[in-house]
Amino acid sequence: MNHTFEKHNLVLATWIFPILLVYVAFAYQATLIPSSQLISPDELAKVLRSSKGEKPLMIQVGSHVLYSQAHIPGSEYIGPAASEDGLQRLRKRVEPLSRNKFIVIYCGCCPWSHCPNVKPADDALQALGFSNVKVLYMANNFGTDWVDKGYPVEKGD
Amino acid sequence: MVPSVRQNFLIAIVAVAIAFVIFLLGHPSRSVDQHSNLTVKMVAPDFSMPELTGGQFQLSAYRGKIVLLDFWATWCDPCREEIPHLVELQSKYRDRGLEIVGVSMDDGPEPVRDYYQRFKMNYPVVMGNAKIGELYGGVLGLPIAFVIGRDGRIQSKHIGATDISIFENEIANLLQN
Repeated sequence: MNHTFEKHNLVLATWIFPILLVYVAFAYQATLIPSSQLISPDELAKVLRSSKGEKPLMIQVGSHVLYSQAHIPGSEYIGPAASEDGLQRLRKRVEPLSRNKFIVIYCGCCPWSHCPNVKPADDALQALGFSNVKVLYMANNFGTDWVDKGYPVEKGD
Repeated sequence: MVPSVRQNFLIAIVAVAIAFVIFLLGHPSRSVDQHSNLTVKMVAPDFSMPELTGGQFQLSAYRGKIVLLDFWATWCDPCREEIPHLVELQSKYRDRGLEIVGVSMDDGPEPVRDYYQRFKMNYPVVMGNAKIGELYGGVLGLPIAFVIGRDGRIQSKHIGATDISIFENEIANLLQN
């Protein structure tokens, strides 16, 4: 039985694990953010509409060209968190804040699985000790998942 | 109980199936003619911008050609994956009247210039901005591409990574007309 088990493991190791490893290596990191840390556009819109509860500090961690076309009202532009410059601006912005501040970060530049910005931004905030961070989950992009759904937007810098 | 050839074959099929699912997850299905105030058959909004390599680009100057207007950025992985295929497409159909135009939505030209040279891009690239994005109904996620007919009217809009065969079929049809 042990022999058979080992053979099966060998086959698994030969075929399946390398594929999963390749996936992990090439998958964009946004997919690795725990689902408990995600907030859907609908949930965020409800939070923003509600007269109760703490309003989050919303930070856009994507491209400025996209931000200036449309962004969530009240959200702040920080810049692409895939770059060290963007990460530094993010750290500087949140540094003085209470570590339990409600923060929502979002990008929407690309399909979720390809977003290069949200995971580094989330990692940076976690490393600084922020415990109430949510990442806005947009499966496709900001246009499709926020603007086209009729949620509020504003333009400009 | 030793795994047979058949068992290995089944495991291989499962592995390929997993790989296929992973591929689909990483390449969300594209949609055509969504998320825009523009509609198919409208005249593509004209704009003029300096070309990355010098000279002035004017979209309306390409009237009479089939234009593939590709909104992209160097930080956008699906966009980058498309570029070598677009370069091939441009080479293959240029003589028959295709002109691909890249509109980079990067925040600055430096990475675009680098990418342009590294990937030997063979079509005009301009730096986009919010105004151009708004002209095209809001470029709020990349890639987005428009196929424009010889009459300057929009034939289709493709949101998200688009298989090059979809572009090629559409362009080949338009070039025949």
